[in-house]
Amino acid sequence: MHSSAVIEETVVRLLRQAECQLPPDVISALERAAAAEEDQISLSQLRAILTNVRMAAKKCVPMCQDTGVPVFFVRGWCDRRVEEAIRRGVARATAEVPLRPNAVDPLSRHNSGDNLGKGFPPIHFEPAETGVLDIAVLPKGAGSENWSALRMLNPAEGTEGIRRFVIECVVRAGSRPCPPTVVGVGVGGTADTACILAKKALLRSLGSKSPDPSLDSLEETLYEQLNSLGIGPMGLGGKTTVLGVLMEKAECHTASLPVAVSLNCWAARKAFARIHRDGRVNFSQGGSW
Amino acid sequence: MKVRKIVSPMSEEEVRSLRAGDIVELSGEMLTLRDEAHMRALEMHRQGRTVPFQLEGGALYHCGPIMKKEGQWRVLSAGPTTSARMDSLEPEFIRVFRPRLIIGKGGMSSEVLKVMGQIGCAYLSLTGGAAVLAAEHLPEVLGVQWEDLGMAEAVWRLRAEGLGPMVVAMDSHGRSLFQEIEEKVRKKASLIL
Repeated sequence: MHSSAVIEETVVRLLRQAECQLPPDVISALERAAAAEEDQISLSQLRAILTNVRMAAKKCVPMCQDTGVPVFFVRGWCDRRVEEAIRRGVARATAEVPLRPNAVDPLSRHNSGDNLGKGFPPIHFEPAETGVLDIAVLPKGAGSENWSALRMLNPAEGTEGIRRFVIECVVRAGSRPCPPTVVGVGVGGTADTACILAKKALLRSLGSKSPDPSLDSLEETLYEQLNSLGIGPMGLGGKTTVLGVLMEKAECHTASLPVAVSLNCWAARKAFARIHRDGRVNFSQGGSW
Repeated sequence: MKVRKIVSPMSEEEVRSLRAGDIVELSGEMLTLRDEAHMRALEMHRQGRTVPFQLEGGALYHCGPIMKKEGQWRVLSAGPTTSARMDSLEPEFIRVFRPRLIIGKGGMSSEVLKVMGQIGCAYLSLTGGAAVLAAEHLPEVLGVQWEDLGMAEAVWRLRAEGLGPMVVAMDSHGRSLFQEIEEKVRKKASLIL
């Protein structure tokens, strides 16, 4: 059992770190994109992005005004107290960092003012008896989230169907999700689990290899092909359309092949914390979930 | 890269001189309006009521900023939002309120481009997500309307100082860089789909 006060404090710090500092793997990928870019307009976009990232970290201000929906993944001993502590942390971070209050009623559009509401923030629990509590936060902006997609493929469409669907999603989104994007793909499960897997894939480090050889190969193919499209930074053309393709899978029904795509904007924010029993907390933005 | 300095409000002649591909920096006043503010302004107009702001000749910024009140309001983080969300509202909106500049990201529909050509209006693409950089060039908050819509959807009147670099991505002569890129992307996509 971990102290509620420690969890709450950890969440405030996690959000501050995620919103103000871009993870090192994403910065490296953006720097590589800038080094490779020849088109002046596209290069000006990447330079503005990298300057902005440095300024945000230095001033400790959210790098993007859309501080997003803070999507949480929690692994360890999970109970109601953990959820309540996370919610208190989100409300505090909203006032202290500050974050933009983004939570609204879907119909009346009334804004709750503190980033809390029914199902907001989303928290995905993974019960485990590891003795530690791992918390990951993925602040997800609406610009990219609005291009999320799910398709229930026929199993006969197979890997080729998955490949085509991902390309279609990136082409359809075009300039709008703030490219260069990170492409998260969830394959298998049911419709709902495929969507969660696509999100969870975004927690993986760019450049890390999928443990599944088939997924690893598909990730590489898609990375090459998506970057041949020429959408480029901000959709103004250029060499880099995606910073990475990350895929996760789960078993599915023999008659199904669900595929979900979750695009992340270039501001692919994430931060991880591990809370030990004695109250020590380790923070990081590297590695994978 | 040659950067042209422009000042809002602008005349039709000045806006017509902007061409797709030009790089600009903007100084002067701008108003933030997103979905909710577009809808409310149009609703008030239809009812024959006067909106509490003036946009004619000015700059419309698609942005929902993070603001902080320290005595006075201050801009903390204020990059552009996805302009395409306003695609269905913008043709009527710009006909009624007649801004000369729209600042946003990702571009807008061919219908919006057509009306921009008719009234004399240009679309400037500011780097999405580069919100701290943008805030550096928004040194003053001149006022706020419709705060009941929430921080993101309220109408903020801001003073810009050298905001940019921005790309003239849609001009008043019917040219859109986004459409041109999309055309090329479709062709490339057909090779791998």
